[in-house]
Amino acid sequence: MNTPARPHIMTEHLTVHYGRQRVLQDISLAIPDRQITAIIGPSGCGKTTLLKSFNRLIELQENVRVSGKVLVDGENIFDPQIDVTRLRKKMGLLLQRPQVLPMSIFDNVAYGRRIHGCKNRRLLGEIVEKYLTMAGLWDEVRDRLHGPASQLSIGQQQRLCLARALAVEPEIILCDEPTSALDPASTQHIEQIFMELKKDYTIVIVTHILRQARRLADHVLFLYLGELVEHGPAHRIFDTPQQARTRDYILGIIS
Amino acid sequence: MDLRKIEESVFKFLMLTSVVCVVGSLLFILGTVFIKGWHALSLDMLVKTPQGGYYLGKEGGILNAITGSIVLGIGATLFALVLSLPLAVYLNLYLRKNSRRAFIMRFFLDVLWGIPSIVYGAFGFTVMIFFKLQASLLAAIITVGLLILPIMARSMDEVLKTIPFELTEASFAMGATRLETAMQVVLKQVLGGLVTAVLISFGRGIGDAASVLFTASFTDSLPYSLFKPVATLPLAIFFQLGTPFPEVQERGYAAALVLAILILAVSIAGRLISGKFTRHVLR
Repeated sequence: MNTPARPHIMTEHLTVHYGRQRVLQDISLAIPDRQITAIIGPSGCGKTTLLKSFNRLIELQENVRVSGKVLVDGENIFDPQIDVTRLRKKMGLLLQRPQVLPMSIFDNVAYGRRIHGCKNRRLLGEIVEKYLTMAGLWDEVRDRLHGPASQLSIGQQQRLCLARALAVEPEIILCDEPTSALDPASTQHIEQIFMELKKDYTIVIVTHILRQARRLADHVLFLYLGELVEHGPAHRIFDTPQQARTRDYILGIIS
Repeated sequence: MDLRKIEESVFKFLMLTSVVCVVGSLLFILGTVFIKGWHALSLDMLVKTPQGGYYLGKEGGILNAITGSIVLGIGATLFALVLSLPLAVYLNLYLRKNSRRAFIMRFFLDVLWGIPSIVYGAFGFTVMIFFKLQASLLAAIITVGLLILPIMARSMDEVLKTIPFELTEASFAMGATRLETAMQVVLKQVLGGLVTAVLISFGRGIGDAASVLFTASFTDSLPYSLFKPVATLPLAIFFQLGTPFPEVQERGYAAALVLAILILAVSIAGRLISGKFTRHVLR
């Protein structure tokens, strides 16, 4: 794991402004294929902005200005030729608070496939079962697939969101503090699933929990006040950080 | 006594007073209409059109106005719906929160909301004359539709504003387009609120007299053509209350009672229907 795998996502001099405020400054990085990359750093350092740059969700924010490049599989995603729905189909997203859709459990998982053109009911049924199983939720919900998703517990909702994201068959899973609203048991559950998934998916996880980053990450990016201070294999960042700010953050001196 | 406790009870008193005033005036209106009109309310009133001499207190009923109002109300509501829903979706899903265009459109709608219905009536009348049309169901549908358009659009707009950003974001993140997000996610979440917006507008449209005075005119026959005049309940009330005969005035109150019951029934039915579709709504 020491040698960086083929980069799946790369940024070149990525700078993001919200209005006059600069949130990300000249970020150049590479996110390796089929590994877990953790983005760590104190609150408000631009972790979420960086994550949402990868699937262009930041474009939904007010007054946002982006310069520089983000390359996914070698393609610049800000190229006007790029179809943003196709780009987003490549990436599943898990938010801090699970956001289920106002429909049944079944429809939540099937939604993504339906909008991307799958109409076959039998196939959809198979897809729903496959990805609910993958997200470790199938056994808990198999008897109430057509019940409202909003009645699930928060931990179950987060796994439903994961199943929903996986059902679109993405290559990358983006997670924004996916366990911060969950209880310890659900957190552990989600983390176990991530460890399984990294065989097939590139996972990028924003977290402010250092222990979680230690447990999961192969690769770590440390952001501080919108700057990429240090990045590299997880053990190097945690054991022998090169930068004083990284060391201070890991030791809990700055936050 | 503690000042904060006095404060608390003073405000409680004020709130209860306004509750009593609001509920009381509603009951008072309904009660008045009921007491004055229910003597004249008979099966004949509901199932017959005015016969010769009806307005002098003879045979007949107001079926012409009941059917006319229903047809006009439904037509105008559909007309307004076709324009309001895309407008409200555009304002909330396609434009940014503090966009200048959205601000201007909301301002225009608010101004339109404030225009008195007689002005809409006069406007409709002018347009009709310009196109050399006579007062007709079609002209009334368009005029009443325009009257309730700002009400419906702004109510829907307010409902759509309550959609959490994260919900649309979650849909976009899966590669959904804005239209897919609007039709398959957002509308499911706010269907109940949208039905309420439609019902409010329907109630406002079906009950308005001034806008149909010139544009719909009045007739004793049932509505049978888009291009012919149509009778409406508000005008039936207006004409009958305007006569010097007590028994005809009483029928005016009966017509008012019918109108109130009609609006009430539509609201209740709408709530029941939309309740069936809100099982999956996130709270």
